[in-house]
Amino acid sequence: MVPFQTFRSRPIGRLAAGALFAAMASLPLAAVPAFADTTLLNVSYDPTRELYKAYDEAFSAYWKEKTGETVTVEQSHGGSGAQARAVIDGLDADVVTLALAADIDAIAARTDKIPKNWATLLPDNSTPYTSTIVFLVRKGNPKGIKDWDDLVKDGVQVITPNPKTSGGARWNYLAAWAYANDKFGGDDAKIRDFVGKLYRNVPVLDSGARGSTTTFAQRGIGDVLLAWENEAFLALNELGPDQFEIVTPSISVKAEPPVALVKGNADAKGTTAVAQAYLDYLYSDAAQKIIAHNYYRPVKPAAADPEDLKRFAALKLVTVDDPQFGGWAKVQPAHFADGGIFDQIYKPGQ
Amino acid sequence: MAEPLALGRRPGVIPGFGMTLGFTLAYLSLIVLIPLAGLVVRAASLGWADFMAIALDPRTLAALRLSFGVSAIAALVNAVFGLVVAWVLVRYDFPGKRIIDAVVDLPFALPTAVAGIALTALYAPNGWIGQYAAMFGVKIAYTPIGIFIALVFIGIPFIVRTVEPVLADLDREIEEMAATLGARRWTTVRRVVLPTLVPALLTGFALAFARAVGEYGSVIFIAGNIPYVSEIAPLLIVIRLTEFNYAAATGVATIMLIISFILLFAINLIQAWSRRRLG
Repeated sequence: MVPFQTFRSRPIGRLAAGALFAAMASLPLAAVPAFADTTLLNVSYDPTRELYKAYDEAFSAYWKEKTGETVTVEQSHGGSGAQARAVIDGLDADVVTLALAADIDAIAARTDKIPKNWATLLPDNSTPYTSTIVFLVRKGNPKGIKDWDDLVKDGVQVITPNPKTSGGARWNYLAAWAYANDKFGGDDAKIRDFVGKLYRNVPVLDSGARGSTTTFAQRGIGDVLLAWENEAFLALNELGPDQFEIVTPSISVKAEPPVALVKGNADAKGTTAVAQAYLDYLYSDAAQKIIAHNYYRPVKPAAADPEDLKRFAALKLVTVDDPQFGGWAKVQPAHFADGGIFDQIYKPGQ
Repeated sequence: MAEPLALGRRPGVIPGFGMTLGFTLAYLSLIVLIPLAGLVVRAASLGWADFMAIALDPRTLAALRLSFGVSAIAALVNAVFGLVVAWVLVRYDFPGKRIIDAVVDLPFALPTAVAGIALTALYAPNGWIGQYAAMFGVKIAYTPIGIFIALVFIGIPFIVRTVEPVLADLDREIEEMAATLGARRWTTVRRVVLPTLVPALLTGFALAFARAVGEYGSVIFIAGNIPYVSEIAPLLIVIRLTEFNYAAATGVATIMLIISFILLFAINLIQAWSRRRLG
């Protein structure tokens, strides 16, 4: 009662207190631009954490030396599709480094922040590194898994994330499809049957690639993990070379995780020059070396450490632009949209 | 009872009725009604035919059945065992009581994804508990049973915390009186104690149920996310969003909202009825 009355009897005081509070609350915001150096936000997908941690340090050092400006790069990781949606919905990314071109296409199609021809603005389809899909199996390969045929056998459990929510999972799916296409000479019904069988051997459909790695490596579920090559190497190194082995199938997909400048955001923040340099530097010899060291296949192998290159097995790689797929613009709606081929082969009772 | 008009005039500690009601309406609109209206408007952009196609899609139906079914079972189980926990906490003193009291609130505070990962680690076939279940051929994680466990976990505090105060207020003399009138212990519990608790139990049930229906983080890690088997409706919404299909996502969300509203409304009616009848 008493405090309330004293308050009411002094409205001026309360106003002043409110104004003071508001002023204090706005202070840190006003102060930031005066002191801070440039900050970039790189919105990426799940298994690039380690790569960009190393790359960001290298780039900051390079930029500091070149211009004297201190650049801090902030990282955001998550499922590739979810990350793309966050950028569409307004996440202030300067650059996106996602798992598939389809996700960057989606941003370009739904906002005017990325030009439609983004893939032509940097070398190699705007893809400074590639990867592929390999198998991770338990030590000694108890189920004798050598190639895709072994994954559709009864009693083999395959771990892969959900192609609906994970970019890596879409590469897994396409790799299996490419094998079946080769095996059945393009017979659509047989290919569908093969891929459908494979997915019926999947006991856990995690929502992202990291979740699947955890399910396989730490929860001990499944006989084989379909994984990004770099993710398989990481799992091998960090979770135990004495527990897992990498099996390279006869044929796989050339996974191209592209990068793009989110021009709309960078222009608004005044970071376009730095953000562009951040992407350009990915193609430098120094960066290519880091890339190979982090188990991604560099586009300029000559720049990489030969020791690192030795780890990448030679195998037949099919790109998404191959006629059987026809590029993301065709693959995405045909296979992964609601009611698409993935949904059709996943209907129960088939 | 007969002075509703005086409500607006009676001088109170809090500023006048007009101002508080105005604030209430503005605040609720901003925080609750406008976002929900946005949801419905976005779903309405679908058109009736598309909306029904989404609603009757077998995958949507399977996900809704799983979400609401398992949530209801989990809330029921919580109602029974939450009541026991509340009973022990109110009626007995024992060492470590305060710690147990605090533990009950943990599911409120814990980020749900953390809970999900912890539960999965426990109940996976190679986890502490999961390995023993596996010996009997029972799979817990990556099946609807795993979802059930996650939902029981996040629901328990709702029952305990709603029943506790009512139980504490319950006069022991009434029970003693029943005893002196010749009632056996079970009769006393059944005819005296339980009826008083029913409204609170229903409230707790409704809260735990509502929370479970919307639960995402704690469930997706333990569910296995297999379409038609262990895919919960909130995950289906996220999948639709990842397909950039905002309309379908809001469609499923709206269906959930409608079902939840009808169920909660029904629970409220039962609650009001039981309060009139028993309270």
